[in-house]
Amino acid sequence: MNTPSSPSDAHRLTRWCIALAVAIPLWWLVYSRLDTAAAWFVEALGLSRATHFGEALRFFCYDTPKVLLLLTGIVFLMGVIQTFFAPERTRALLSGKRAGVGNVLAASLGIVTPFCSCSAVPLFIGFLSAGVPLGVTFSFLIAAPMVNEVALVLLFGMFGWQVALLYLMMGLLVAIIAGLVIGQLRMERHLEDWVQKIARGEVRAPDLHMSWLQRFDAGGRHVREIVGKVWPYVILGIALGAGIHGYVPEDFLVAIMGRDVWWSVPVAVVLGVPLYTNAAGIIPIVQALIGKGAALGTVLAFMMSVIALSAPEMIILRRALKPRLIATFAGVVACGIMLVGYVFNAVL
Amino acid sequence: MKVTVYGPGCARCQKTAEVVEQTLSAHGIPVELEKVTDYAVMAAAGVMSTPGVALDGKLVSTGKLPSVAEVESWLA
Repeated sequence: MNTPSSPSDAHRLTRWCIALAVAIPLWWLVYSRLDTAAAWFVEALGLSRATHFGEALRFFCYDTPKVLLLLTGIVFLMGVIQTFFAPERTRALLSGKRAGVGNVLAASLGIVTPFCSCSAVPLFIGFLSAGVPLGVTFSFLIAAPMVNEVALVLLFGMFGWQVALLYLMMGLLVAIIAGLVIGQLRMERHLEDWVQKIARGEVRAPDLHMSWLQRFDAGGRHVREIVGKVWPYVILGIALGAGIHGYVPEDFLVAIMGRDVWWSVPVAVVLGVPLYTNAAGIIPIVQALIGKGAALGTVLAFMMSVIALSAPEMIILRRALKPRLIATFAGVVACGIMLVGYVFNAVL
Repeated sequence: MKVTVYGPGCARCQKTAEVVEQTLSAHGIPVELEKVTDYAVMAAAGVMSTPGVALDGKLVSTGKLPSVAEVESWLA
């Protein structure tokens, strides 16, 4: 069942290959010509880029297809990559790893392992029962939602690769250090009793053999699930950005969210906790804040807090963790995020 | 056939149970459906990402909503 055995499977794989062979060059062609096309479109409507409306429209016509194209391409690629990294395999890779190396590996694997916060608890238990240390498990659990392809693509598309790279590095760093700290605190007894009782089981090497047909199918499914869900947020975010681009005075928020306001970082982190949304949902807000003169570090701290420290996820985790451990988890991650915010504001 | 669906009761878990039940019924296989929502039981069964599906106690799928074709491939 794992190899393309029936004629229809072979046929479908050929179809995938042909579709990709056509789609990839076409994608590249469209992507590289977007700037010209947007300018042409605005001109064809008889609008000048010198006007506020013309410039806002050009920005919208350029950014929307750009980000959606990037998102579709990267999400498909990630969908295929994720088929190589099932949670069971990541667990086997992390099993018995020491602190340090284990934390770095766990945070990195968090980027490529498919993860949904609804399975946070079984995953958590699965890791612990396979002998993955508590701190290493937390590194994974912090990195997996925070450093994801949607956040990175949106940051890349809207603020350039430098910001995306900084977010990636800082996200990993927060996950690694928070995991190390939690590991050092030896909080195993603050797991719920039923969790502590679960026997350390043997880790079976999972059978992850998949055909390329199944991997491409997974990529396609990933695009439908992710892009199908986030596209309205993307368009809303860019429309908002376009409006700001043309109209709102640039220093509107400097006084309360500028880099010289020391208390704006912790406030941003605290405000982010009750908000629960995905990376795409937060982008309209980020776009609006940056456009009005908020400092990048403050905004990134807000974004990380919304994604990594959500109240609903903590309620889910409460099933397995005692309040003390939840509080420690939240506290350590919040400190890490604040540090990122301050460092960004100081450096940039 | 005994079908066990592991999951906290999310929409994807419900859908998974439906797909498996309907596909098996379409093949004329009587289904005895069990839904497991207890995390401790899930962990003991080796389910790390939900929804998970076991047929007659053998884990066949985790972490995704299976397609009809996939369900049929488990029967082969």
